[in-house]
Amino acid sequence: MGAPVYRGKFDASHAERLLWRAGFGPRPGEAAALAKLGLDGAVHSLLNPGLEKLVGPKPHDSKGRPFAPRDAWGHDHCWWLDRMVRTSRPLVERMALVWHDWFATSNAGVGDQGLMIAQNELFRKHGLGSFEQLLLDVTANPAMLVWLNGTQNTKDAPNENYGREMMELFTLGADRGAYTERDVREQARSLTGWTSRWSRRKGEYDFHFDASRHDTGTKMVFHKSGNYAWRDACHLCLNNPKHASFFTQKLWSYFIPVAPDAKTQRALEAAYTGSGRQIKPVLDIVLKHPALHTGPRMTKPPVVHIAGLLRRINAGVTTDAWAWIGGLSGQQLFYPPNVAGWDDSRWLDTATFRGRWIAVGQILGDRRLDPGKAKEAIDAPTTLKQALAFWNNPELTPATHRQLLRFTQRALHDARSDKWKQVQYPVLVENALRHLIAVSPDLQTA
Amino acid sequence: MSRIVCDECTRADALRAVAGRGLPAIEAGMPTPAGTGLSRRGFVARSLGLALTVYGAGRLDIFDEGIAAAATMPKNPILVTVFLQGGADALSLLSPQADPLYRKLRPNLAISGGTAFAEDDRLFWHPALDPIAQLHGEGKVTVLPAVGYDHPDQSHFTSRHYWEVGATDSRLLTGWMGRYLDAVGTSDNPLQGLSLTGSLEPALATAKVPVAAIDGPDQYDFWSPGVWGQVEDRMLEAIGMLGNSGAHDAASRTAAKVAGQSATLRRQLQPFGGKKLVPAVPYPTGNDQFPRSLQGLAAMIAAGLPLRCVALEATGQYDTHADQVSELTPALTTTAASLYSFQRDLEARGVADRVLTLVWSEFGRRAEENGSGGTDHGAAGTGFLIGTKVAGTQIGEYPGLSTGLDRDGNLKATSDFRGVYAALFEQWLRFDAERVLPHVSKFKRPTLVK
Repeated sequence: MGAPVYRGKFDASHAERLLWRAGFGPRPGEAAALAKLGLDGAVHSLLNPGLEKLVGPKPHDSKGRPFAPRDAWGHDHCWWLDRMVRTSRPLVERMALVWHDWFATSNAGVGDQGLMIAQNELFRKHGLGSFEQLLLDVTANPAMLVWLNGTQNTKDAPNENYGREMMELFTLGADRGAYTERDVREQARSLTGWTSRWSRRKGEYDFHFDASRHDTGTKMVFHKSGNYAWRDACHLCLNNPKHASFFTQKLWSYFIPVAPDAKTQRALEAAYTGSGRQIKPVLDIVLKHPALHTGPRMTKPPVVHIAGLLRRINAGVTTDAWAWIGGLSGQQLFYPPNVAGWDDSRWLDTATFRGRWIAVGQILGDRRLDPGKAKEAIDAPTTLKQALAFWNNPELTPATHRQLLRFTQRALHDARSDKWKQVQYPVLVENALRHLIAVSPDLQTA
Repeated sequence: MSRIVCDECTRADALRAVAGRGLPAIEAGMPTPAGTGLSRRGFVARSLGLALTVYGAGRLDIFDEGIAAAATMPKNPILVTVFLQGGADALSLLSPQADPLYRKLRPNLAISGGTAFAEDDRLFWHPALDPIAQLHGEGKVTVLPAVGYDHPDQSHFTSRHYWEVGATDSRLLTGWMGRYLDAVGTSDNPLQGLSLTGSLEPALATAKVPVAAIDGPDQYDFWSPGVWGQVEDRMLEAIGMLGNSGAHDAASRTAAKVAGQSATLRRQLQPFGGKKLVPAVPYPTGNDQFPRSLQGLAAMIAAGLPLRCVALEATGQYDTHADQVSELTPALTTTAASLYSFQRDLEARGVADRVLTLVWSEFGRRAEENGSGGTDHGAAGTGFLIGTKVAGTQIGEYPGLSTGLDRDGNLKATSDFRGVYAALFEQWLRFDAERVLPHVSKFKRPTLVK
């Protein structure tokens, strides 16, 4: 009846994959420590992490000042990136990222970083809790009310924006026969009544429900009529027979790149509905599933890749450049491309590859080796070994290792004619190798 | 409201800063390269208004692969697509001011003024579209007043997907232009399908051949701290070698393939590296990416780079559920002015006859305004075809607000995007549309090209 559970060997490399899928990759020693707990213990520790501790160097912008995530452009991105890098609760942060993508709200439409940060705290608070509570809180969340025009949805002038997306993207899915255009319009009426005040200084503030703006008429949703209000609109979606399958498939897809089999699908839905729409029991199945531990690799989202590289070398967030570098890599936090979130099937193209290259360059900039200080020539295998040690010895496929060694040998061969080149080139090559390793297919996926 | 955007850290400035930092040293007084390709390089330099400079460590063999490829490629036609993201309001772009129902349905949002649309006396150009109206007057614009498809889907993502894959099929994964590139393209030329939005536009997604995404042609460098000279050249080669990782799973294969494509693209774009592009005509200034991308595109076309299909997104977002007037006007102003400059730039460079631009959106908006000062999702929308070779006569006609609305109150389509795509393949790209567009035989082909 239950879903399959992975029962094979669980060593540091398995723990490392789990930490990439359920977090932002291991800090030095973390994978080995997690492996000691066994799979069940490891998943339990991720799902029940206790109080958050922030580990590692304190964050600051390029001028050494603390980040001002509510006020300064780009500091919102850096503030969250730092949280990803330093957190002791990786799955909580990773789920916040999942919910940010699921309920994709962009500051491009909200225009208030303070409201965005407040929504982000919601994702952290309920991220492993009840989806029902999360949906209710998101529906009444100020950033969302601005983003999908909730405060402009009134009984005299209904605005369909939130009503449509809550069904299409948040709870039921398009083209699955779960709802009709009529339902979109009626749900919009159920959701009327939210409003806010506005001042030149504060912008939109004092978000509240105003009964005089709410449509108290009868609405017909999913063939049932009633005098629905916003909470009913949420519950109608959650009780729709197509919700549990949508929810579990969508959540699964953030962690595993192939669809669940029928038996697993049934178990996921049973865990979800049986627990009263709790998120944790579903995640428990996903994180222990053989498809996660033995199935194909996944492309790391850009921000996960970057946070993971920083964690790998115990580095901190020490520049505000990360915001625009995130954009070049295809993921500036708080600015998803649209309400459907980022397209996880297309993280990598020639533009975002260059964005990731620049990201690695940002990390390596302060850490570059100075060829002027080199004393003696070293050989190709040693040069490559040292570059791998910089990144805490990541596992590489034999093919990637071979290509990197070939590059090292060719570049050192160029140095054969001059004594100074023989001494200095290995250092330049080691700098280049650090860059190449971090953008190799092996480190872009997990 | 804390809408703080400090000038020193806008994305555009940041990009420029990086481009500057990433510049390899230009070596003055490099020898003139000998052999084939010299005249081609000279042409590139002149068309960009630039002095020819060579950088690198004296290895002329890495000179510019893309130019060499272009020299052997016939001057094929180029298709450019511009996406108005979010569903642009057809009843504002070409407002039916002489339709008696217009002001009833749009008491607050009805547009007034603007140039009359010469082909239908009910319609008027949005004042911000004046530059397009001017090109229309010259016979260089074909208007599609109500383009869409039957059984319209009012989801942004479903409808956009249909347009991107060229069929009302939610399972197709390759783009309508991507499948064409798979049929006619080559395995060594990522520039054949070029996305100028900073990430790959799904309409260009291929199954076989490489395609490219960049922000602009002058920014595609790979700088690494503490790496230079011969070692840097070797490193740039090695990026391409990462493409041979021998991995078996799809994600690793994609990561490897993209590394290889990036290395090829860098070589192709080398002539543009770090140069300030000098357009032949002025473009809108400011921080918008769209006019800069078009400016770069015109330079690339003039330089003879081997492009076939190009995808861009226009300035602004068109999902105007609220505050439609204040959202739409600046977006349309920059978009129209940029398209106008692009057309004039192509004309000034003598390459206008090779380029045709399609402007599209995933749907139009509801005829009746919604009371938030905006409009909700609709059905048929407005499309434009721009170029010296377009037929210049409207395709389909404005259906009117009395009988032209469907039961959801949305504009009915009078032309089908699949017929338009088929006609673009057959009349512009000289390619059998049936090879790449499923079930397309049933759609009427409008006359698009003179």
